[in-house]
Amino acid sequence: MKKKFLSFFIVLVFSFIFVIFFRGLQDSNKYTPNIESKNNIPSFNTKNFYSDLSTNSSNIFESDKIYLLNIWSSWCVPCRQEHPLLVNLKKEGKINIIGMNYKDNKKNAEEFLEKLGNPYNEIFVDLDGTIAIELGAYGVPESFLIYNNKIIKKYIGPLNKKLINEMKKTIK
Amino acid sequence: MIYSLIGHYSLILGLITGLILFYLSFKNLKNLSVFDIKILVFTFLQFLFVVISFLCLIISFVISDFSNETVFNNSHTTKPLLYKISGTWGNHEGSLLLWLLVLTLFILLFLIRTKNQSIKYKILTLVFQQIIIFGFFIFLIKTSNPFNYLFPTPVEGLGLNPILQDPALAIHPPILYLGYVGSSIIFSSVLAATSLKMISSSWAIHIKKWVLTSWIFLTLGILLGSIWAYYELGWGGFWFWDPVENVSLMPWLALTTLLHSILVLEKKAILTSWVIILCIATFTLSMCGTFLVRSGILNSVHTFANDPERGLFILIFLFILIFLSLFIFFFFHKEEGKNSHIFFWFSKESSILVNNWFMMYFLSVVLIGTVYPIFLDVISSEKISVGPPFYHKLIIPFLIPFLLVMAIGPKLKWIKSELENKIYLIFLLFISILLSFIIIKNFNQSILINTILVSSAIYLFFITIRDFFFQKYKNISQNIAHFGFSLLILSILFNNLFSSEIIVNLKVGETFENSETKIIFESVNQKKEKNYNSIIANFHIKDSNGKEDRLSPELRIYNQPIIATSEADIKTTIMSDKFIVINLVKNQDFFNVRYQVKSFMLWIWVSVILISFGGLISLVQKRS
Repeated sequence: MKKKFLSFFIVLVFSFIFVIFFRGLQDSNKYTPNIESKNNIPSFNTKNFYSDLSTNSSNIFESDKIYLLNIWSSWCVPCRQEHPLLVNLKKEGKINIIGMNYKDNKKNAEEFLEKLGNPYNEIFVDLDGTIAIELGAYGVPESFLIYNNKIIKKYIGPLNKKLINEMKKTIK
Repeated sequence: MIYSLIGHYSLILGLITGLILFYLSFKNLKNLSVFDIKILVFTFLQFLFVVISFLCLIISFVISDFSNETVFNNSHTTKPLLYKISGTWGNHEGSLLLWLLVLTLFILLFLIRTKNQSIKYKILTLVFQQIIIFGFFIFLIKTSNPFNYLFPTPVEGLGLNPILQDPALAIHPPILYLGYVGSSIIFSSVLAATSLKMISSSWAIHIKKWVLTSWIFLTLGILLGSIWAYYELGWGGFWFWDPVENVSLMPWLALTTLLHSILVLEKKAILTSWVIILCIATFTLSMCGTFLVRSGILNSVHTFANDPERGLFILIFLFILIFLSLFIFFFFHKEEGKNSHIFFWFSKESSILVNNWFMMYFLSVVLIGTVYPIFLDVISSEKISVGPPFYHKLIIPFLIPFLLVMAIGPKLKWIKSELENKIYLIFLLFISILLSFIIIKNFNQSILINTILVSSAIYLFFITIRDFFFQKYKNISQNIAHFGFSLLILSILFNNLFSSEIIVNLKVGETFENSETKIIFESVNQKKEKNYNSIIANFHIKDSNGKEDRLSPELRIYNQPIIATSEADIKTTIMSDKFIVINLVKNQDFFNVRYQVKSFMLWIWVSVILISFGGLISLVQKRS
């Protein structure tokens, strides 16, 4: 009796699995990644570079301002190259520049800023590189133009004069 | 053209031979005095027909006969010969023909090699195997015929997916299939033995060889796939918990469990139900794997064709086999007597049973991780993907007791055992904990869990090493396999703990430097090959020890079909691999450079080879 019940139960379970697989076959599921044209900034937690205070991305970007989020690192040679441009951009003061210090040593990063100047309104830390992945960055340097909590434009590699001018036009 | 015709008709002849075999078997079952030699002849004929058909397909690929649809879809005249041949099984139709080839090969070998078993058992095994073969013949001819004719004949083929054009991958499917499909003979045999009520020690001895054979091939097949993924997919890892990897891991886990519990059956004639279930589960999981990756219900590199008709066929066939085996199990199998259920807790069989359950737990984790997304999608239309963290969190903690039982278990005796003179067991445990603590402490990782994990692996490592010297080769095969396993776990752990990675965007001529490594991007060359053009980047790498290496990863742009692939350049040394891969950044003159130092990579491969070598020794060993 017990065995009969068991066998009946198992047959039932397998029938259920069959139905699920059968239904699964019906709807085609070619994988299509969601590409939204206007990317919202992902939500992430980070620490302030100087004060070490934890904060969430929603507190960093106010919705009515334009930001340039720059992923940089002291060990990154192209970052050194684009840095003066960022310093100049900061002087013009039209845009808030946020630094994201990527997989870096704090001491080296501080030396880097002392030597080349600090163009950033605020600096946050991405110690293990996960925020960069969240943002969809390939590596350093990379910059994101952000307005209304959305990524408007993405610059892979170091910025140059041409890109900066282009950016200025976009801002206007 | 002519080869397609021969191939097609020899498939049909193979199917007819199968029908004749059914008839002969039933006739022979009525009169059991002698084994009908005609059965053997027709089994051989069937195998021969499949071989002819398979050879025809290979020839069609070699001569690039594009009037054959399969060749047209998967080959190209500019491909090197090796990949023309391997293209034969690098597609849905051809790989199914390979399935069929292995199915018929194994039943032929089974009939030839099986001597001291009853005629009835041999014939029944043949019948069950023929049911599977019949199903696959119909499947092949009806939904995935490799010999479909194309008119007018195209001048050029569409080409083989370039990431499949690789020597490791050329032999990966045949080896893997010998394991996968090899388990079919275990399935047929267990159904026959169950319906004849002859599950016993002698049956266990007889089937063990077949279990070992498919286990060895499955292990090596998985290894080859993993090696390929490591250098070809350019992520620098060797296991990604991709559904396809999982479906090969599941039969492997079931088969490994079976391998151990069949020892208990052999020695003590208990666990019969458990062994039957495992035999059935192994092949069912292999079939299920085929269904999952071929029906397009999951998405992966192995999904060749998204034809719902095919998926439906395998699904129905799979469940016919499942219900058939359930019926046989519940209808014919009677539990053994009650007294044999008594286990003394401290004995070899209970330690085997404990690890059986751990193995089943790992299997269920993998199974749930693989099919749960499908269930969720069907029931609630929600799409999720299950990634490595899920598997790691659920599997890793349970590896600790698993490894410990694996170390102690073989020391115990059957039936009842006591620990005498086992001071060295405790001594080695202390050494292992101490040693792993020292190792982990230096690397500033999360200490507690890593120390326990590493020490249990080191413990197994030490104990198996010690046994090489003290056990006087009593059970050398088990010792090698367990030693290999400890080495595998250790290498994987160290690989995770000590590897480092640098990801950076560089232009030609630029240099990247941090405290440990200096990467100089020296130059870029171009190369033109028959079936692809490539960009070769030359890197000069210096590490803090002053060691210098030159590495040249490639970007290949294949002509047919036009696909870009990244070829990693890997420098393998005994202790670590240097791995570099580049990617083109769109519309920029930067290359995305990913440089990794992977510790103990070589040892992962070596240990898997050792594990299967242990199996091989057990297979060829003469019983004393």
